[in-house]
Amino acid sequence: MTTHRIFGEALAGRDIAARHPQFFQGVLKNNKTSFAIFTAAALIYLFGWYSVGVSFDRLVGGFSKFGWIVGLMLPPNPGSLHLAWVFFHGLIETLSMAFLGTFVAACLAFPLGLLAAKNVVSNPVIHFLVRRFLDTIRGIDTLIWALIWIGVVGLGPFAGVLAIITSDLGAFGKLFSEAFEAVDSKPVEGVKASGGSKLHALRFGMLPQVIPVIAGQVLYYFESNTRSATIIGIVGAGGIGLYLTETIRTLEWQQTSFIIILVLITVSLIDWLSGKLRLTIIGNQAR
Amino acid sequence: MSRAVQQLPKDQFERLHVAYNQALSSKNRMTAIGLFILILLLASSFVGSEVDVHKFIRNIWRFPNYFYEITPKLSIQNFFGDIAEWFWGINKWLRQLGETLLIAYVGTITGAIIAFCLSFLSSRNMAISKWSQIFSRRLLEFLRTVPEIVFALIFVVSFGLGPLPGVLALTFHTAGALGKLFSEIIENIDAKPVEGVRASGGSWFHQVRYGAVPQVIANFASYSLLRFEINVRGAAVMGFVGAGGIGQTLIEYIRKFYYSDVSAVLILIIVTVMVIDTVTEKIRHAFIGTLER
Repeated sequence: MTTHRIFGEALAGRDIAARHPQFFQGVLKNNKTSFAIFTAAALIYLFGWYSVGVSFDRLVGGFSKFGWIVGLMLPPNPGSLHLAWVFFHGLIETLSMAFLGTFVAACLAFPLGLLAAKNVVSNPVIHFLVRRFLDTIRGIDTLIWALIWIGVVGLGPFAGVLAIITSDLGAFGKLFSEAFEAVDSKPVEGVKASGGSKLHALRFGMLPQVIPVIAGQVLYYFESNTRSATIIGIVGAGGIGLYLTETIRTLEWQQTSFIIILVLITVSLIDWLSGKLRLTIIGNQAR
Repeated sequence: MSRAVQQLPKDQFERLHVAYNQALSSKNRMTAIGLFILILLLASSFVGSEVDVHKFIRNIWRFPNYFYEITPKLSIQNFFGDIAEWFWGINKWLRQLGETLLIAYVGTITGAIIAFCLSFLSSRNMAISKWSQIFSRRLLEFLRTVPEIVFALIFVVSFGLGPLPGVLALTFHTAGALGKLFSEIIENIDAKPVEGVRASGGSWFHQVRYGAVPQVIANFASYSLLRFEINVRGAAVMGFVGAGGIGQTLIEYIRKFYYSDVSAVLILIIVTVMVIDTVTEKIRHAFIGTLER
């Protein structure tokens, strides 16, 4: 009976708050501020919907038209064997662009990552300049790089490769430099203490620690580049994106869905493969 | 002086030596095979993507030249006047940048809300039934794999030109990308609070609300902010296919060779992206701080 009464009292929320103020204070103290932030965020959100011109009619009309288009997409059909071959060729082009772009970007980003890492290059000026350089490159989207490279080497997949290289250079440089900065300094010191030069310290102290990390990141970017290489053709830089845009513009929906399914299958294959490879690499690291 | 290292008996040494050599040669063989495959893939992708080194060397000067061309001609005498002329369309561009940010913001939040709902259904430990789990997983996978700009292309046809298809495209893709991350977070939560709620008679909704959500909400917010950064970049090119934002202006300037305008718009985009990155990183750290408290 008494136990029940004690629990009954304790279950009243206010009572618990009075007994254990440390668990409630943080929330209560910031209640007004968090309410204000939440309201502001919600208002901006509503204003955003309003400013993009949303209306019930437009949503209903748009989605019913979208559903109609999806209906037209079924069943997926390339149209002719020749077109299927053309799309397949575009897919090969896309994969080549992603692979070559990721590989070359990783090779080029390696020295840049070294330069941007605090524990390798201690000169703050070089460090700062390389970091800002990488930030600027990363700030520009792959599609914009593709447009710029088209001006240099003309339309085609080569411009796409160069665009992937340039935009990945920024991302890889940053990721690699973080990997370098996260290494355990003991092996490096060990190599130096036993008379190794700076190069030896890098090769035998640092590299074994960063290679698995870097390999994982490169594989991950290869996956994501396969996706971006599919769309890079939208601006004319080769790959299957060109055909995707063309079939949408000419309202050949069955071909569109054929291409989309082709891309979906390829991307999930690549994901699966690189997931396997990544696990192997991490397994080696753990061993 | 005695030897520090004990010499092994001959037969044992021989055995170990042979095993060592075998291990070494098998490792070398694996490396050789790996290298061979890599070179093969590189060579085939070299052909597949029509790499033309000659063309590259002949035309590479155009690349720095492009950046030289888009650099405005500023003079010391009339510095501020030149800057004003360079950024002649600043009001229009800022308005479009604002639109870009709004597209990213609305798309991220709507996508995060959808991802929130689907992630509980698709996670291994909180799913209601096997079928809803399979269905929501496949749906998220589909949304994640189709690039946002492809969604935008199709939505432009069905909704007409303007920022609305851009918002919806970002929403779809964000829902897929965040949904997977969210459900991975949910699968890593501590099961005890959930069991506690279930033991005291809570429904599925109660288990989610009082058992799971308090554990995951900070991480969800952090990932959504990260996605917002990505979506700002994505929204900046939505205009390439007519789905609103500053991309429309940018591609027009690039295609028409309005050199100094290209650089002005690019600088605005880069600065905006950097500011957003810095601000969201600050907020993210604050969230992680709340989590650790």
